[in-house]
Amino acid sequence: MGKIQLTKVRKAFGETEVIPGIDLAIEDGEFVVFVGPSGCGKSTLLRLIAGLEDTTSGVIEIDGKDATNLPPAKRGLAMVFQSYALYPHMTVRKNIAFPLKMAGMPEAEQAARVERAAKVLNLTSYLDRRPGQLSGGQRQRVAIGRAIVREPAAFLFDEPLSNLDAALRVGMRQEISELHQSLKTTMIYVTHDQVEAMTMADKIVVLNAGRIEQVGAPLELYNNPRNIFVAGFIGSPKMNLIEGPEAAKHDAHTIGIRPEHISVGDGPWEGVVGLSEHLGSDSFIKVDVPGLGIINVRGPGELGVHHGDRIRLAPAGKIHRFDDKGLAL
Amino acid sequence: MARAASPRRKLITTLAAWTVALIIFFPVLWMILTSFKTEASAVAMPPQFLSADWTLENYVEVWGRSAYPRFFWNSVVIAVGSTLLGLVIAIPAAWAMAFVPGKRTKDLLMWMLSTKMMPAVAVMIPIYLLFLRFGLLDTRIGLVLVLMLMNLPIIIWMLYTYFKEIPAEILEAARMDGASLWNEILYVLTPMAVPGIASTMLLNIILAWNEAFWTITLTTTRAAPLSAFIASFSAPQGLFYAKLSAASAMAILPILILGWFSQKQLVRGLTFGAVK
Repeated sequence: MGKIQLTKVRKAFGETEVIPGIDLAIEDGEFVVFVGPSGCGKSTLLRLIAGLEDTTSGVIEIDGKDATNLPPAKRGLAMVFQSYALYPHMTVRKNIAFPLKMAGMPEAEQAARVERAAKVLNLTSYLDRRPGQLSGGQRQRVAIGRAIVREPAAFLFDEPLSNLDAALRVGMRQEISELHQSLKTTMIYVTHDQVEAMTMADKIVVLNAGRIEQVGAPLELYNNPRNIFVAGFIGSPKMNLIEGPEAAKHDAHTIGIRPEHISVGDGPWEGVVGLSEHLGSDSFIKVDVPGLGIINVRGPGELGVHHGDRIRLAPAGKIHRFDDKGLAL
Repeated sequence: MARAASPRRKLITTLAAWTVALIIFFPVLWMILTSFKTEASAVAMPPQFLSADWTLENYVEVWGRSAYPRFFWNSVVIAVGSTLLGLVIAIPAAWAMAFVPGKRTKDLLMWMLSTKMMPAVAVMIPIYLLFLRFGLLDTRIGLVLVLMLMNLPIIIWMLYTYFKEIPAEILEAARMDGASLWNEILYVLTPMAVPGIASTMLLNIILAWNEAFWTITLTTTRAAPLSAFIASFSAPQGLFYAKLSAASAMAILPILILGWFSQKQLVRGLTFGAVK
């Protein structure tokens, strides 16, 4: 089981309020991603759940039991840190067995569990090495191994992939997703990378300045952002936000159109191509349209336009409407 | 950034380094040379180098006239004992200051350091009276206690500096893994800090070994370590330079050997955290 309930959880460091009060329910077996810009409080929120920080007020329940004042070890959660935080003086085997040793498990059972975890994570041939002799990806696997042997109620991941190079990151992302499929244990994953959030999550929690802006499934957030912040944060390249007369035509203060929802060729908007990036599968172009500003456009395959070309654009998909407070209409 | 040194520059710096090293080493060298001279030769003016009468008699006499092994053993017990006791107190203290600092931690550290700036003689009377009252005069346990207290600020400071270098996330990981505070210190912090603890230990053994003020003031015979052994050879009557030098050489030899074999560890300890 791994149901986590936060009720009015507040955190202040002295006078500075980092999290003004959060209510959130995480269901058993869910993969929840906390996403937001740096400094939004996502890591603090994770550390509050872990018990590494004390809440200023509010209640944290794990499987229906009040865990607000429990020390980290008593919460039944396992955490994977950004820096991996492996014990450098212990072998991989001892690193993975450490939580079991602390729990006072018989040695035979410890060994069996370590073997099992190592097999799942392809670490069997590295068990007698020390962390210093492993690559970044292998270290990350050891950190995950140390988390899974305990069979925790939930896993907490604090930006676990940010120290890996791009190629490895994609691979590990898939491995963690597969791990979730097979273990079916609750996972809470913190990242600032919205691609990780979109690809891995069952449920995304978008945070900004310590507040939850929106909670929902990835595509729900993509299709129906509740406000301008979520609209701008989810999706890459960023959604085009247009104010003024063009927005007024749609009876809104601001309108938002995703770059992939703009067609090139014919249309009401005319502008000059600034930057153009051709990836083969996609083309990203920035078009300076007088009166609207810079418009991001994403097209499939080769768009055939280049820097300095004068082109016409048309909205060709959903237009998101926002009021003067930035809320969706 | 590496700077390419010209051969000339290299020569000058090498010469400068040797000069400084010789200036520092000269008194020790002089002492060792004197220990092999006759008393008359030792005080001759102008100082004798090649023309001196060389002899081993001083060592024979110093060894015969005193119980060197007893002084040596007292030095070992006092230096090692005070250092180990200091570590037992300093490890948890430095842990607390490095990983759960409070508002006043920095002030506390500075205050502890400031006690090292106080001249020892300022507290001699109260400490002497305390020792008298508790029957600690001329006991090894008394010296272990007083030297531990004298060196505790240094031990705590050194360990604090080491502990600060250990990433807090590793200790948090231990906490998540279910380690109690005791297990966290025992299985994670201490093994990671072993190099730091070792160099702290070495430096403090040397400091305690060389301490002369308290060891001479608070002992007479039973607990007297090598510092008192040296002092006992400075007699008000007659010539004693050569024998005093021989006694001094015998007193510093053990710690010199220890220092020689552990110099790598010591240098690392003293420069730890200097470059980051």
